[in-house]
Amino acid sequence: MPLRTWWGAARELAGAPRARLLAVAPESWREVMQDATAGGAPLLALWAGNGAPHQRAVCAALMGDAGVLVIWLPVGDGGEYPGIQDLYPAANRMQRAAADLTGIRSSDPDRRPWLRHSAWPADARPLGSPSMPPPVSPPPIDDYAFVRVLGEGVHEVAVGPVHAGTIEPGHFRFSVVGEKVLRLEERLGYAHKGIERRFSELGLLEGHRLAARVSGDSAVAFSWAYCQALEGMAGHDLPARAALLRALALELERCANHLGDLGAIGNDAGFAFGLAQFSRLKEHLLRATLQAFGQRYLLDFIVPGGTRVDLDARGAAALDEAMALLSREVPRLRDIYDEHAGLRDRFAEAGTVTLDLAVRLGLTGLAGRASGQAFDLRVDHPWPPYAGLSVKKCVQSAGDVLARVTVRFDEVRESIRLVRRILSDLDPGAHVIPIPDPDPGVFGVGLVEGWRGPVFVALEAGEGGRVRRCHPHDPSWQNWPVLEHAIIGNIVPDFPLINKSFNLSYSGQDL
Amino acid sequence: MWKTLRQIARVGIATENPPPPDESLRTAHALSEEVLKVLGRALCIRHVDAGSCNGCELEIHALNNPIYNLEGLGIRFVASPRHADMLLVSGPVSRNMEVALRRTYEATPHPKLVVALGDCGCTGGIFGTGYATCGAVSQVIPVDVAVPGCPPTPTRILQGILTALTQCGNRSSDLSTASSKAGHAR
Repeated sequence: MPLRTWWGAARELAGAPRARLLAVAPESWREVMQDATAGGAPLLALWAGNGAPHQRAVCAALMGDAGVLVIWLPVGDGGEYPGIQDLYPAANRMQRAAADLTGIRSSDPDRRPWLRHSAWPADARPLGSPSMPPPVSPPPIDDYAFVRVLGEGVHEVAVGPVHAGTIEPGHFRFSVVGEKVLRLEERLGYAHKGIERRFSELGLLEGHRLAARVSGDSAVAFSWAYCQALEGMAGHDLPARAALLRALALELERCANHLGDLGAIGNDAGFAFGLAQFSRLKEHLLRATLQAFGQRYLLDFIVPGGTRVDLDARGAAALDEAMALLSREVPRLRDIYDEHAGLRDRFAEAGTVTLDLAVRLGLTGLAGRASGQAFDLRVDHPWPPYAGLSVKKCVQSAGDVLARVTVRFDEVRESIRLVRRILSDLDPGAHVIPIPDPDPGVFGVGLVEGWRGPVFVALEAGEGGRVRRCHPHDPSWQNWPVLEHAIIGNIVPDFPLINKSFNLSYSGQDL
Repeated sequence: MWKTLRQIARVGIATENPPPPDESLRTAHALSEEVLKVLGRALCIRHVDAGSCNGCELEIHALNNPIYNLEGLGIRFVASPRHADMLLVSGPVSRNMEVALRRTYEATPHPKLVVALGDCGCTGGIFGTGYATCGAVSQVIPVDVAVPGCPPTPTRILQGILTALTQCGNRSSDLSTASSKAGHAR
């Protein structure tokens, strides 16, 4: 049956607009998932541990036409739930991470640990148990079962977790013939900091600070998604000015990251001029952000009930000036990138993800839009104030590095327009109204289109104003496995370029 | 090509002067004069992300932009710890990165400096110490200078790096070396 029917049976959920929760029995879990895939509804997130205290459960969030549908399945002690990797390949790592943290396992065959390396024993439960066994320092070296490629002339290249540049930690295992990549297998989890356990040690009104630090480059998106869930749970309406200020911050974050990437991608193709120019523009933007909101990166800007600081006339003027600089200089640089034969040669047809592959693997966000997946929450599932901003969706179809560069250029232009529009739309009013603690047991979700893609937060209130459970979800979870496919058939020296064109978060998925 | 050259000429030189060192960032004894003689001329840094949220990395990247122009001071990032004089370590050290960080430290030749970066590198920050994190960088390897901030600004990071390079009580001579070099580069 269509997903709409399940939607009709679900109850309203606080936080993100048009969100519902559906409790299902074990036999219906896969049925819903099958109906969702048949209807082309992407998987937003899968995690374990939400529910009444001591209740073991697995949850999945689906992005249906009608809205966000959270499926909740109680799982008995020691019991398994039916795996959904065949329906949603991206679920593989999410299921394994859930098993590492809670012991709640899927029935899928890949039972290798994902976030757990060797720092805690397999039977320990970082989530849901009051104490953990004392850590062993240094932890023993573990032997991860990489998939081996055999054949004449095949050899392995192992890279990381410490990389040659300023990059986050992760391990890449290439199986190559000559320079050509036959297979890449990623191993992540090196930046696992125990964020989800840490959430449950915090108060609901301080969790936004940790949310902002799930992935520092997406601080606005995560802290907004967290606060959206929290404000919905407390029955609080966000002041109009606060919503616009948050959107302003989100577009500044998008702009800054895109500028940084455009420079770095040019640099990885041997065009150092690009890095110098774009990093200079980014620095100007960060300095304007500092003048406007008191921080270069807005890790502490969004707070429950609104924003930490208001925007004054001087700050608005600084942002306006930065937008004038960008709208003058970015088109010039775009011209240079467009006409540079060497760059185009490296960008075009490198790291291609076709639309068909993107749909099957669930590629999302910016990278998804570069492969023809025309989905942007700001347009397709807007939350305040985006419905009133008429955002233009930026889509390409080739799915190569060039397409991801083009989407970034288009989105920078659109973000500049949005920032200017918001600056002119801002009416006087409160920028924050304090909110009360939500009642224990209340559950809510937040969903925001960050610069990388949809950022999702599931939040549950505990006793005494504490967080009972919070799962923050970065779109990198969906896109990392697709990178393994994008590199196939390319040469090893193109990996940094292709990797950068996705620019996925390690910390955001390692948690 | 013409457009590229025109843009370079139009922008000109964007580089600003470096900040002075800040002794309050120092956590260990200053280097001996002999060591400084070797390192003070040019410094090679190996960055290690030991589990950060990637906020500090954004500001490390900024150091290489034309405005801070780290390379103009004779300081550059290198691809291997074996080429490095200094480790710049960000993040609370995750337990999954503990061994990698220790090995990177061991692979760095003597004399070596360590700068811990950010609130997390200094104390463990908001992540604290737990089943998955060792907390501060100094819990795992010796640290010379610790730069707080979330994330620290490029100016603060640069100050931390220059502080590590500067002999206690004799800061002016080394900084002037760095500045004159920068001036020369321009």
